[in-house]
Amino acid sequence: MEKFTVHSGTAVPLRRTDVDTDQIIPVRFCASTSRTGHADALFADWRAEDGFVLEEPERRGASVLLAGQDFGTGSSREYAVWALQDYGFRAVIAPRFGDIFRGNSLMNGLLTVVAPDAVVERLWELTEADPAVPVTVDLERLQVRCAGLVQGFTLDEDARRRLLCGLDAIADTLRFEADIAAYEATRRPALPVTRRPSAAAR
Amino acid sequence: MGTTLAQKTWDAHVVRRTGGGEDLLYIDLQLLHEVNTPQAFDRLRAAGRTVRRPGLTLGTEDHNTPTLALDRVIKDREGRRQAELMRSNCAEFGIPLHRFGDPGQGIVHVIAPELGLVRPGMTIVCCDSHTTTLGAFGALAFGIGASQVEHVLATQTLPMRPLKSMAVHVDGTLPAGVGAKDLVLALIARIGTAGGQGHIVEYRGEGVRALSMEARMTLCNMTVEAGSRAGTVAPDETTYAYLAQCPGMPQGAAWDEEVAYWRSLVSDADARFDKEVTLRAGELSPYVSWGTNPAQSVPLDGRVPAADGFATAAERAAAERALDYMDLKPGTPLRDVAVDTVFLGSCTNSRIEDLRAAADVLRGRKVADGLHLMIVPGSARVRLQAVEEGLDRVFAEAGADFRVGAGCSMCAALNEDRLLPGQRAASTSNRNFEGRQGRGSRTHIVSPAVAAATAVTGRLSSPADL
Ligand code: SF4
Repeated sequence: MEKFTVHSGTAVPLRRTDVDTDQIIPVRFCASTSRTGHADALFADWRAEDGFVLEEPERRGASVLLAGQDFGTGSSREYAVWALQDYGFRAVIAPRFGDIFRGNSLMNGLLTVVAPDAVVERLWELTEADPAVPVTVDLERLQVRCAGLVQGFTLDEDARRRLLCGLDAIADTLRFEADIAAYEATRRPALPVTRRPSAAAR
Repeated sequence: MGTTLAQKTWDAHVVRRTGGGEDLLYIDLQLLHEVNTPQAFDRLRAAGRTVRRPGLTLGTEDHNTPTLALDRVIKDREGRRQAELMRSNCAEFGIPLHRFGDPGQGIVHVIAPELGLVRPGMTIVCCDSHTTTLGAFGALAFGIGASQVEHVLATQTLPMRPLKSMAVHVDGTLPAGVGAKDLVLALIARIGTAGGQGHIVEYRGEGVRALSMEARMTLCNMTVEAGSRAGTVAPDETTYAYLAQCPGMPQGAAWDEEVAYWRSLVSDADARFDKEVTLRAGELSPYVSWGTNPAQSVPLDGRVPAADGFATAAERAAAERALDYMDLKPGTPLRDVAVDTVFLGSCTNSRIEDLRAAADVLRGRKVADGLHLMIVPGSARVRLQAVEEGLDRVFAEAGADFRVGAGCSMCAALNEDRLLPGQRAASTSNRNFEGRQGRGSRTHIVSPAVAAATAVTGRLSSPADL
């Protein structure tokens, strides 16, 4: 996973709520079997409409997305995270995220920051007034900074540690292989196991 | 203070508490389908890792599968590639797979219970948000992303942040003609698409106890549309009766022992929930969605709302956008909304009970002229049973298109079944997002009974209207 410590970049103010993952990347792009190559698919249907903020020339190169409530709800597709990263986003700031999307983002090094509505509103105003103003997301100090605004945020220590060090979650878990094996030894014997469909049933 | 059902199951699966905000949970079953998984296998292979417990893992093909005939190949090149990778990955890592055409194949959330793999007190994950469905059995079932799939494949565990609890009490029982789909749409309309965010919902009360397992699955399935991470129903006699006829169940004394354990998996009388909501079942009627998220739903008796009636600026903006996308005028009675397609299927409503409910409405009636009623069974078994019960003849006589292949079909529009831009459908699926059933498609989410009645009249209708 890509390391995340402190990132500064220009932002895209996306004044929409309930942006589900079907909007972030329409399903027709989810037939791909790769983790990369999804930049053009990001918000594909909205980008085809006139006046979508992502398409404004002054938003080119932006790396922080500022979204309304409930960003990333709906389908569990991790393509949504991959598409945002491929496009160049390193962080998303919103008042609330879909749970699965949030988990996916933190597993991939896309930092999702929860900020109060009023703060997102202020960030929208600042970045609409001046598209060149950088937004800084600081995971070391757990702060978002923009112009004069300084806003703290929280993140679980486990997720923060993995992001700061760019740690692979699986390697992290495999340190506890002995605990996993010990747990396995205590599982109820009647729990189901999966079987290959028999030739007769086929 | 007592413990909730979900907490009991959670606690029984903690391998390790990290102290950093997460618990490492043991996963009893991981389900896979062909979308969202190739990337997980690629990375597993690249890292030189293997699948820790192939016997606690099961694959199926459902999202891309064709529905017109069993010998068809998937037309879309990339979709076909996903299916091929599912086969080669499962073969390479020794994971049992139900391929398209197999009698056990179907939508992942439909086949897992059929195969007897879902039982009270289990932890279950799948690369799919509607994994919540399986909470109907008193299991703890979560949707996860591809990186987490890889994590479970490699370790059979998942680091999870603790979740809050939410009780949904359903007082009284549902009136005739009102089902679990209406109940859950009413709930989502009330609490919103984020009303259950960060919570595990437990459905409780007389109205839930009275529901069949199929209906409970519908309820738990759509729990994710309220933003909840999981939905659960405590196991009871209905659960045990369903499980008793599933394959692979323990027998004799072993069965009794399991049931005794399952009986302990209920929330204690003094358990506290972080959030509580009460619905009065007796007051409910059929619900339909009018907008582009499932919370934008109203009783079928109602009218399309006006954007300025909403409380917040964000809701007003969302409603305006939705009205425009759906091409609806505020104040229009929902019964006046004409559709050109009716889709009966998806992991929400494609089980035998759903097909029976539709057949009961269609028997002796005809599908409206020019309307396409497409019925896609959730699994090969459901299709077989429908044929055994003669439902296929009812559908054929009514002029419905009862598909041969089982799968997600027009719910996800990944196979060739999709709406054209501007087409409007009444669908028993779970999502009415922009473009969900095909680019530019318009979806009204409904119950199977409303879907069938709508197919007869050509306008959103309930069986009582016929
Ligand atoms: S039927 Fe629809 S919601 Fe269910 S798993 Fe398939 S695509 Fe997802």
